[in-house]
Amino acid sequence: MKLITAIIKPFKLEEVKDALAAVGVEGMTVTEVKGFGRQKGHTEIYRGSEYTVDFLPKVKLEIAVTDELSGKAIDAIVVAAKTGKIGDGKIFLTPLEEVVRIRTDEHGEVAI
Amino acid sequence: MLSKIHFPRSLLPMLGGLAALSTSVLAADTPATPSTEESLAALKAYITNGDPGAALAGVAGPGHNAWMMVCTALVLFMTLPGLALFYGGLVRSKNVLSVLAQCLGIAGLVTLLWWAFGYSFVFGKSFSESGSFLGHFFGGTEFLFLKGVGAAPNTDYAFWVSHSVFAMYQMMFAIITPALIVGAIAERMKFSAILAFVTLWMIFIYFPLAHMVWGVTGSMNGVWNAAASVRAIDFAGGTVVHMSSGWSALILCLILGPRIGFMKEKMAPHSMVLCMVGTGILWVGWYGFNAGSALAADGVAANAFMTTTIAAAVGAFVWPMLEWMTRGHPSILGFCSGAVGGLVVITPAAGFVGVSGAVLIGVLAGTVPYFACTKLKGWLKYDDALDTFGVHAVGGTMGALVTGFLATADVNANLTGVYAAKNGLAGLVTHGGLWFEQLKAMGLTVAMSVIGTIAIAYLIKATIGLRAAPDVERQGLDLSEHGEEGYIY
Repeated sequence: MKLITAIIKPFKLEEVKDALAAVGVEGMTVTEVKGFGRQKGHTEIYRGSEYTVDFLPKVKLEIAVTDELSGKAIDAIVVAAKTGKIGDGKIFLTPLEEVVRIRTDEHGEVAI
Repeated sequence: MLSKIHFPRSLLPMLGGLAALSTSVLAADTPATPSTEESLAALKAYITNGDPGAALAGVAGPGHNAWMMVCTALVLFMTLPGLALFYGGLVRSKNVLSVLAQCLGIAGLVTLLWWAFGYSFVFGKSFSESGSFLGHFFGGTEFLFLKGVGAAPNTDYAFWVSHSVFAMYQMMFAIITPALIVGAIAERMKFSAILAFVTLWMIFIYFPLAHMVWGVTGSMNGVWNAAASVRAIDFAGGTVVHMSSGWSALILCLILGPRIGFMKEKMAPHSMVLCMVGTGILWVGWYGFNAGSALAADGVAANAFMTTTIAAAVGAFVWPMLEWMTRGHPSILGFCSGAVGGLVVITPAAGFVGVSGAVLIGVLAGTVPYFACTKLKGWLKYDDALDTFGVHAVGGTMGALVTGFLATADVNANLTGVYAAKNGLAGLVTHGGLWFEQLKAMGLTVAMSVIGTIAIAYLIKATIGLRAAPDVERQGLDLSEHGEEGYIY
């Protein structure tokens, strides 16, 4: 089992969600985060005070998938989230040791 | 049984006879009924805001009284929640409640002071009448605890407005003036220190200053005091409200010191939405502040209504246009600051200048405070958190001086009225030179504000302390000082 963590631009969330549903991913957790990579921030000026804002709003998705589905899921995210401009985001793949469905106490792949 | 009550028709003439009998008995103790001419003259005086004479003495005029009650509510609205939101939106979210608490706390505190002795010390006259030395600074003791302040007008100030309404109207000015100061010291001053500071500041700075400029025996009341030594004019509070609070704010924020992380950490406004809502409320409320200072629903009020509108709108336009030209975009804070700036600068002038003067004032208000807020603060590096000095002190000072050049009797005949003729103001308005009297009043205002604030601030610093503890400041004043969070998601 794998855990896919994807950081994407906020307005791409709906597109990515639909693309993942199309390849068979049925659930995800979404968090609003701030971050930056090579995309620069912006400057805000309030009367006499100037602030450089480095952190930009992003959305983080966490998806648990079976090993077989992980490749297709990642491809789906890349296609849906890409704009071609700096700041499109990144995807991290990590091994997932255990998954448990709380309602039924199922363990392993059946719980995904 | 609550069914029909039969009222015998024979009872009516009996009651009529009784009534006639009782009035004729009473008539022996009451003064003679006014003649038709006297009554008509009194009604005419109601419409023209003149002296009613004996015929309608002691009676408030419904229109003027209603207007002033509305204005009183409007000026309170400027503080609660106008200023509260304007300032509240500009601080970080962890301090939003502290701003609201300061506005609310000051409202209650000043009300108590005003009732107990504030109103009397500002608008009384017993000290002058008894020749007391205190008469140079304060009014008198005749209205302590608002004794005798009732429905009948106090004709020293207004012919047709209930004394009670006048006292409440002026109280709203007394409330908002110290509330302006909190803008400069936001996010780091202890609540207890603020209340202590405001108490002493009101007694030693606001009450004497308001008395001198607006009290009927005030030494700087050019329009209404025939014996005024400084023939200055201030329609709604350029000196009394904006200069006093603005210059005091500067001194207090210097003595208090900057916020932790000033010029290093981000301290951007947490809600420009709240700030703008506050601005709109301030603008609308300001009609009560400026037009209401005519103390009547008359032509002077109408003029003040117009000049206030024009100056605010022009200021609200010029400031962001300047931003657009110099920094690339017009900001919401620019619009809001320009509007407030225009309103501040027109405050001393509203009922004394015409519409062209108002346009000029709007342009000045959009430019001079703009540079004070953006350049001066950067050069001198003082932490006037919400630009109370930059807008109110600079704007009020400029407004008070400009009034000296633009005031005209065409707009306000009182400038060449009976009292103004006696003390020389009339001549200054007609032939020039008023600006110099304005400078005297402005100088005294700055001196009182600066010296008074230095003394009061250091006194509090040495006793209960001014600043919140560093970890309290870091966490945010809301939680530590008020035990509440502004936003719980």
